[in-house]
Amino acid sequence: MKILKRNKARDIETVKTHLSSPWASFAAILLATLWTIPTFGLFVTSFRPSTGINTSGWWTTITKPEFTLENYSRVLFEGRGATPPLSQYFLNTFAIVVPSTIIPITIAIFAAYAIAWFDFKGRNFIFFSIFALQVIPLQMSLIPLLQLFSGGLHIGSVTVIPSFGITGTFIPIWLAHTMFGLPLAIFLLHNFIAQLPRELIEAARVDGADYFKLFRQIVLPLSIPAIASFAIFQFLWVWNDLLVALTFGGGKREIAPLMVRLAEMTGTRGGDWELLTAGAFVSILVPVAVFFALQRYFVRGLLAGSVKG
Amino acid sequence: MLEIAARQTQLEQAFSKLIGLVLTVLVFALLVAAAFWLAERTSEKIQRYVKYLIFLTPALIFLFIGLIGPAFRTLYLSFRDARGENFVGWENYQWAFTQPEILEVLKNTGIWMVVAPLASTGFGLTIAVLTDRMRRPGLVKSLIFMPMAISFVGAGIIWKFVYQFQPNDRVAEIGLLSQIAEWLGFVPTNWILTSPLNTFLLIIVFVWIQTGFAMVVLSAAIKAIPDEILEASMLDGASGWKRFSKVTVPMIRGTIIVVLSTITIGALKVFDIIRTMTGGNFKTSVIANEMYNQSFRALNYGTGSALAIILFIGILPLVIYNVIHLRRERAER
Repeated sequence: MKILKRNKARDIETVKTHLSSPWASFAAILLATLWTIPTFGLFVTSFRPSTGINTSGWWTTITKPEFTLENYSRVLFEGRGATPPLSQYFLNTFAIVVPSTIIPITIAIFAAYAIAWFDFKGRNFIFFSIFALQVIPLQMSLIPLLQLFSGGLHIGSVTVIPSFGITGTFIPIWLAHTMFGLPLAIFLLHNFIAQLPRELIEAARVDGADYFKLFRQIVLPLSIPAIASFAIFQFLWVWNDLLVALTFGGGKREIAPLMVRLAEMTGTRGGDWELLTAGAFVSILVPVAVFFALQRYFVRGLLAGSVKG
Repeated sequence: MLEIAARQTQLEQAFSKLIGLVLTVLVFALLVAAAFWLAERTSEKIQRYVKYLIFLTPALIFLFIGLIGPAFRTLYLSFRDARGENFVGWENYQWAFTQPEILEVLKNTGIWMVVAPLASTGFGLTIAVLTDRMRRPGLVKSLIFMPMAISFVGAGIIWKFVYQFQPNDRVAEIGLLSQIAEWLGFVPTNWILTSPLNTFLLIIVFVWIQTGFAMVVLSAAIKAIPDEILEASMLDGASGWKRFSKVTVPMIRGTIIVVLSTITIGALKVFDIIRTMTGGNFKTSVIANEMYNQSFRALNYGTGSALAIILFIGILPLVIYNVIHLRRERAER
């Protein structure tokens, strides 16, 4: 099997060399450069002193280089009045991202396992219902969910779910991300877990492993690649999210993540390019690093049909 | 002194947040571990039920509270007034389709739906084909793909800087677009304020991000075309363009359509770019942004919900198409 694959790879290589043309490569490189210039401009600008930024284009630094780290120290560590510095928002992002990734993955892998390997009536129905839930844009959940978090759920005068007083904490944001991430997570993980060899599962069952042991000792360790794939998605999605944080953060500075602050800064201080560019770059750095480090998993997840609704 | 005090409270806050985070994760892990520990010690008969309770019910509860329930509630709210107190019939929908501002919003959403997917898929396909013949496509692909990791907010700032306009004639332009316009002999204008140009400028930001997605998916589809077919077409003497239009494109037609519909869904829901770059002003608003404004700025849950339902109806056929396609593909495998 392996040898066959290697032969095929060589065949592809020869076809490719036949087809490869320097013009195509040139065009591809040109496009890639074009694609990178805006980010590069932001990157260069974030290291320039503010007088330079506002009086000359960033491309002039080729002839007159003048760089500083001051923008970063200012935007990261100096607050303004009641507004804390960006490092605080960075921390908030972190505090939002970690539980918003761990919780949905845990719950999703449980459900995916149950749907894939428990024998019960309505299994297919549940699977396709969950899959179909990806149809619902999260905009459709915003208002009711916000009402639920702030006021609980009442039918008539009977309180079905109390409000718990969680408004203004991270909890509504975690819960919202968990809920919105679940359909895709279950779908992806199910596809993976359902393909585990049946013999393996049955052998373990014969050995007397119950469904809990089976999960702990066989299913979970084998699912790590799929979990990694989805974890990257959820991580990037939560890190880069604005809408959920804006809606469920209730406008409180203490819990607002980077993106909320950056969006606010572009609105109110659209001219402070030295702070905006440095701030934007800080917010970009972590996801891009994660992305480059784990690109393989990311692409795999993407090809598995994971496009978040 | 004051600054030091402020720093200290900041540090304290940061510390308490970190503690809170660690505790949350720990509590969650402990809950899961305890559930497992208890469940594994019950008899087999009880386990038959307990396994559903632990593995399946949490997800179902979350999905019900977070998506299914709210979807119906939004539908209900869309037929009621601003505070959800009185039934108003179709009034909110009538409002959406008669108010000039909202018609503008719907028109913009329409432009997004058509232009953004076509442009993203077009660029993505071009780059996929170009790099398919390259020896080392890694770096090129990574660079095109990188914007996918960047948030819409970050991308909004990046491009707002590109579109920056200097109203004072005596000061040099700092926005790349204005500078290029000047180099080419045009007089730059305040791009972002100029309708309808600004909507297209915002679409560029979205295309810049989505092209990477289109490229990766299409590239994989092109790789999956059997070599024999390409070789046969080569032996037949088909030129590069012919090979592309007569062999490559028909072979990956299904994938192209899925990519198109997926990006269309994304374009329908675009919010962050608008919010960051124009705030929905200067005639650039789209439905997702207007939905947010109505619900959380104007505090009108009726009109906000109606817009959410309109968005849902717009997305529905596309998702159904994707689902059917995915099922068919799975059946073929």
